[in-house]
Amino acid sequence: METLWFVLVAFMLTMYVLLDGFDLGAGTIHHFVAKNDQERRLVLRSIGPVWDGNEVWIIAAGGTLFFSFPLLYASSFSGFYLPLIIVLWLLMIRGLSIELRSHIESPVWASFWDGMFFLGSSLLTVFYGVALGNVVRGVPLGENGYFFQALWTNFSPTNPNPGILDWYTVLTGLLALAALVVHGASWVVVKTEDELNARARRAARISWMVLVALTAITTAATFSLRPEMLSSFSERPWGIVFPALAVVGLALVGYFGFKGRYRAAFFSSGAYIAGMMASTAFAIYPNVLPAVEPENSLTVYNASGSAYSLAVGLAWWSIGMVLAAIYFVLIYRLFRGKVSLEDDGY
Amino acid sequence: MEDPTLISRLQFAFTIVYHYLFPQLTMGLALLLVVLKTLYLRRGDETYNVAARFWGKIFAITFVLGVVTGIPMEFQFGTNWAAFSAFAGDIIAQTLAMEGAFAFFLESAFLGIFLFGERRFGQRVHWFSALMVFLGTWASGYFILATNAWMQNPVGYEEVASGGVQISDYWAVLMNPYVFVQFAHNQGGAVVTGSFVMTGLGAYYLLARQHERYGRMFVHVGLVAAAVASLWMLFPTGHIASEQVAEKKPVALAAMEGQFETETPAGIVLIGQPDVENRRIDNPIVVPAALSYLIYQNWNAEVQGLEVFPEEDWPDNIPLLYYSYHVMVGLGTIFIAITLVATFLLWRRKLFESRWMLWVLMLATPFPFIANTAGWLSTELGRQPWLVYGLLRTEEGVSPLVSSGNVLFTLIGFAGMYLIMGLLYFVLMVREVGHGPEGEQAPSGESLRPPEGG
Repeated sequence: METLWFVLVAFMLTMYVLLDGFDLGAGTIHHFVAKNDQERRLVLRSIGPVWDGNEVWIIAAGGTLFFSFPLLYASSFSGFYLPLIIVLWLLMIRGLSIELRSHIESPVWASFWDGMFFLGSSLLTVFYGVALGNVVRGVPLGENGYFFQALWTNFSPTNPNPGILDWYTVLTGLLALAALVVHGASWVVVKTEDELNARARRAARISWMVLVALTAITTAATFSLRPEMLSSFSERPWGIVFPALAVVGLALVGYFGFKGRYRAAFFSSGAYIAGMMASTAFAIYPNVLPAVEPENSLTVYNASGSAYSLAVGLAWWSIGMVLAAIYFVLIYRLFRGKVSLEDDGY
Repeated sequence: MEDPTLISRLQFAFTIVYHYLFPQLTMGLALLLVVLKTLYLRRGDETYNVAARFWGKIFAITFVLGVVTGIPMEFQFGTNWAAFSAFAGDIIAQTLAMEGAFAFFLESAFLGIFLFGERRFGQRVHWFSALMVFLGTWASGYFILATNAWMQNPVGYEEVASGGVQISDYWAVLMNPYVFVQFAHNQGGAVVTGSFVMTGLGAYYLLARQHERYGRMFVHVGLVAAAVASLWMLFPTGHIASEQVAEKKPVALAAMEGQFETETPAGIVLIGQPDVENRRIDNPIVVPAALSYLIYQNWNAEVQGLEVFPEEDWPDNIPLLYYSYHVMVGLGTIFIAITLVATFLLWRRKLFESRWMLWVLMLATPFPFIANTAGWLSTELGRQPWLVYGLLRTEEGVSPLVSSGNVLFTLIGFAGMYLIMGLLYFVLMVREVGHGPEGEQAPSGESLRPPEGG
C-alpha cells in the first residue's frame, strides 16, 4: 500500500511537470520568441484557460504527499524552508503576471509583467530542478527525521552539511530549465502561426541540443556521485524501461522537430520528462528522502500514514482523479487548435 | 522577537487574514453570479447578463488574488508547523488533499470556461460553468472548514504509541458536528460580504449618477441577499455556534464575553476594556442577566467565569479575543439594522430617493470584511493555547529546526509582497468601477470583453 502511494504521488508530480511544464517553458521563452504586444498576448492566450488548472496539480500533489507520507511532508517542507517559501513567492509573481498584464493598456505596465512572467517561470523551473537534485543527492537528516538546509554552504555535493545549491543541484536545475523550454517551445509552435511560430521552432531546436548535452552530463554526474542509484536497476532490471523511455523520447523530440511535426515532438518531450521523473523515483525507492547518513533516510515504510488512512484515501483519490481527468479532457478539447486574438481572452 | 513559535504564529495569522479577504468575496459573488445568470436566462433581459459579465470581471481579479495568497497556506503546515503536521497529518491532510482533488480542479477548469468561453460555447454552458465555479468555491470552503473543525473539536482519531494521532473514523472527521455550524456560519458571512459589496457599489453609482440602471439592479439584488444573509448570521447559525462554544470550550466563551468571575445570573458586557492583570472589565456597560438568558434561555442561570479554569488553559490573548468577538457581534447587529431599514425603504419604493440611506449602504461596504476577520480571530484565538484542542499545545507544533531569523525573513517578505499586491488590487478595482458595467454591453468589441482568466 505504501508503495502504491509512492507511485501515485510520483504520478501526480509527473503530471504537474508535464502540464505546468509547458506553460513554465512558454513563460521562459515568451520574452524571446514573441517580439510585440500581439504576439505576447497570443502566447498568454495559448496557456490562459489551462495554466491555473495545471498548477492545481502541484497543490493536489502536495496535499496527497501530506496525507500519504505525513513525516516526509513535515521533514522536507521544514528542511527546505527558505527555497520553498521562495518558490511560493515565484508562484505568486507568475500567477499575477499572467492575469494582470492585460488589465491596463500601457506598454510600461505590460513590459513590467512580461519581465515578471519570465523571471517567475524560469526561476521556478530552476528551483524545481534543484529540489529534485537535492532529493537525489540526499539531505542531512538527523535521527529525529528532521533537517534544515541553508541555501548554500560551499557548493560541494559531498559536504556532509550540503546547501540547497551546490554544483550538482544547479546542474539539475539547468537540466530542468532546458527540458521545460523544449516542452514549452513545442507547445507554442503547436498553438501559434507565422513568425511567432518560426521563432518558437528555432527555440525548440536550439534548446533540444542543449538538453541532449545536459542530460548526458547530469546522468554521468549522478552515477558518479550516487553510485548506489544504479543498484535499483540491477536489482529490478525491468526498471530500465524508464530511462529507455527518456532516451527514446529525447531522440524523438529531435527527429520530429527535424521533420517539423511539432505535435509529435510535444508528446515526445512529454515522454522524455515522464521517463526522467520515473527513473528518478524508481532509483531512489524505497527511500522517499535519502539522507547523507543512509540509516536516517525516510522510506516509504517509516514516513507513511496509517494503513486505514491510506486505504480510505485510495477510495476518494480515485474518484477525484477520474473527475479531474474528465475536466481536463473536456477543457483541452474545448480550447483545442491555434489561438487567435479574435477569441475571448487576454 | 527570538521566539520562533511567536513569529510563525504571526506569519500564519498575517497570511491567512490577508488571504481570506479575497475568498470571502469570491464565495459570496459566486452565488450572486449564479443568481444574475439565472435571472438573465429566465427573463431574457440582457442587462442581467451585462451585470454578470461585469461582476465576473471583479470576481476573476479577486479570484486570482485568492489563489496566489492561498498557496502559502497549505505549504506553511509543513514549513512552519512540521511537528503539528507529523502529529496530525494522518487526519488533517485527508481533508486538505480532498480540497485539491474535489474543489480546486473543479473551480479552475470551469472558471476557464466561464471567462474564456461565453461566445464560443453559448449561454447554457456559460450558466453551467458559473454554477460549477460556485460549487467548487463552496466545496473548497467545506474541506478547509472540516480541517479547522477537527482542530477545534478533534473526532474520529486514536492516539498512537509513538506520539501523534491517526484517523480511526473517516466519516466522523468529515461529519464533525462542528463543521456544519462553521460552514453554515462562514458561508453566510461570505454572502454578507459579497452582497454588501454589490449593494455598496450600486449605491455609489446611484449617488454619483452614473450607470444608474445598473446601480438600481445591484442595490436591489444585493440588498435582498444582504438582508437574508445578515439574519442568517445571527439566527440560527450564530446562535448555535455560540452554544457549541459554551458546551465544548466554556473557557473560551468566558474570555470572549470578558467574564472573569462566575455569576448567577450573568450580565452581558456590551462595551468595556478587559484588564487581565486585575481580572476585571474597565468602564463596563452591562445588560444584567442577558448572558445567562442567551446561553441557557434562563434569566437565572449560572455562567462560569475564567476563574474556575486553570490559568494555563486560558486563551493566551484574552483582550484581543474579547475585542474580536465583540466587533463581530456588534457589526453583525448593525448589518441587520441597516439591511432591514433599507429593505423596508425598497419595499415602499423610496430607497432610490433616500440619499442618506444610499450613503449608509455605500459606506458599509468595508465592514463585512472586518466582521468576517474578527469572527475568524475569535474562533482561532479561542482555540489557544491549543493547536489541536485538548491534544497538542501550540508551542509543541512548530518546526523544530527552523530558526526565528529565517521565519522573520519570510514574514517580512510576505508583508512586502502583500502590500504591493494590495495596491495593485486597489488600482484594478478602481479602474473596473470607473469603467462600470456599461463598458460590457458589446461583447464583440476587443477591449470590452472579460480579459482575464483564473
